[in-house]
Amino acid sequence: MVLLTLIAVITIAVIRVHNLFAVVVLFSAYSFLMASVMLVLDAPDVALTEAAVGAGISTVLLLGALHLTRTSETPPRFSNWLPLVVAGGIGAMLIWGTWEMPGFGLADTPVNTGVGSAYLERSYPETHVPNVVTAVLASYRGYDTLGEVTVVFVAAIGVLMLLRRPGEKED
Amino acid sequence: MSEGMLADYPTLRSVAEHYNYWVTIFLMVSGLYIIVAKSNMIKTLIGMALFQTSVYLLYLSPAKILGATPPILAEGFERYSNPLPHVLILTAIVVGVATLAMGLALVVRIHEAFGTIEEDEVVDLVERDDAAE
Repeated sequence: MVLLTLIAVITIAVIRVHNLFAVVVLFSAYSFLMASVMLVLDAPDVALTEAAVGAGISTVLLLGALHLTRTSETPPRFSNWLPLVVAGGIGAMLIWGTWEMPGFGLADTPVNTGVGSAYLERSYPETHVPNVVTAVLASYRGYDTLGEVTVVFVAAIGVLMLLRRPGEKED
Repeated sequence: MSEGMLADYPTLRSVAEHYNYWVTIFLMVSGLYIIVAKSNMIKTLIGMALFQTSVYLLYLSPAKILGATPPILAEGFERYSNPLPHVLILTAIVVGVATLAMGLALVVRIHEAFGTIEEDEVVDLVERDDAAE
């Protein structure tokens, strides 16, 4: 709960601060806190990935982009009451919706009684991998992971094509 | 907070049970606000990443079971948290960083072409070019 409150505070700072370098550093801290929250939520695999990718690679990419562009933000010329009203309204409706949601940490919710428990029972006899997350990722949902790798590949090609200098010859 | 401490206060208990969802919603709405209200493109991309991380939290919060352990099978443990959302979010994190990289590359190209990373100024420049033609 404390971690989640810290995350919310950092989010407000990300919105308010106009120096983009500070925003990037804050966002890196945000990712580390998010990784800690994931660890508390029993998801060590996801926490590792978030710490490496969210706090590491994303920060490096953002800093690289800042180096190639510039680090200050000019205040927007339109007033921000309309986005504030839209965001606040959507937030209020979503919070109204959570009153019907099952409480935190219960075992008999629809989420936890479905296919997840079936994976827990079946994965070891079928794959002999003790880490169920790995078993599901690499075995049961292997095509999903293949699609993910395809997305990363396409993104890498796209970045390379976009960042090629205009004067450079194609060969 | 222990279960027994909250049992006597139903409202407080309800707040504690839904706190995760509320922070998730706050992050989601903040991301949306940044995307709509800010004209700086790098800030907009950070808003998009914020929205994405809120979705991670949305998936992982219901998967946690109090008193359970991470879904790594071992002797002596009976109850595990739900592994499926973890798998989905692992995929989502990697795809998220791919979209972020793509967006930042576009921003760098826009900066090369227009000399600015503010959406408003780019719109002005494009309109001036259109008027000149």
